[in-house]
Amino acid sequence: MVEWTDAEKSTISAVWGRVDINEVGPLALGRVLIVYPWTQRYFGSFGDVSTPAAIMGNPKVAAHGKVVCGALDNAVKNMGNILATYKSLSETHANKLFVDPDNFRVLADVLTIVIAAKFGASFTPEIQATWQKFMKVVVAAMGSRYF
Amino acid sequence: MSLTAKDKSVVKAFWGKISGKADVVGAEALGRMLTAYPQTKTYFSHWADLSPGSGPVKNHGGIIMGAIGKAVGLMDDLVGGMSALSDRHAFNLRVDPGNFKILSHNILVTLAIHFPSEFTPEVHIAVDKFLAALSAALADKYR
Repeated sequence: MVEWTDAEKSTISAVWGRVDINEVGPLALGRVLIVYPWTQRYFGSFGDVSTPAAIMGNPKVAAHGKVVCGALDNAVKNMGNILATYKSLSETHANKLFVDPDNFRVLADVLTIVIAAKFGASFTPEIQATWQKFMKVVVAAMGSRYF
Repeated sequence: MSLTAKDKSVVKAFWGKISGKADVVGAEALGRMLTAYPQTKTYFSHWADLSPGSGPVKNHGGIIMGAIGKAVGLMDDLVGGMSALSDRHAFNLRVDPGNFKILSHNILVTLAIHFPSEFTPEVHIAVDKFLAALSAALADKYR
């Protein structure tokens, strides 16, 4: 799908290497549910998501945040082949979970913001540009089996 | 998605905290936008240097953030308050309004970097709503 330069590959790996999925996953998913409350429609079985505090303290949200962000590991490890890597995950989201694919872009943007908050100034504009390019490819791959 | 009284007070309180660094935030957000979304460079082809931290970028980022800061005080009537700037963007600059969302995202990234503990999810939603309402007001005169 995309030809990555060596510099881009090493930037993406370096960013991912600094991300603690157990911390960032729950923060990112929780923030999506708070900032874009209609996304809560997909998590009816998660219990109390009625307030920001409830969302950030909800163990099911935290667990699922780890699952969702953990799946990015596959993309980092298969950068030359992201489309194929996410084929079945895309099909599951399209045909079983019925998730609006716009949510993938929303999650990617919020994840970028959470990473930026953690990394501070070391998340330079150039690193942000490469990371967001990677996110764009992942989002496209996740939407690829919808039609 | 209109701004509630709570949204307005959260935005005002947060802007009070960041106002000392507003110029820096504006400059950085603009630099990040130009770097991560290179198609936006088309609007600034008259600048010699489009890199983050360059003179024109710093200057213009400050101007943009100053206008946003003014808009914080005009939240009860953003369409009215932004009318002249909307004319300008619509008829002189002819900036595709899709770009307002892009700049807004880069402002949020920059705020998260400079104010990681203040930029909580509650602040994030209020600021996101404010920037969306501001963008709509800025696009109001386009057609």
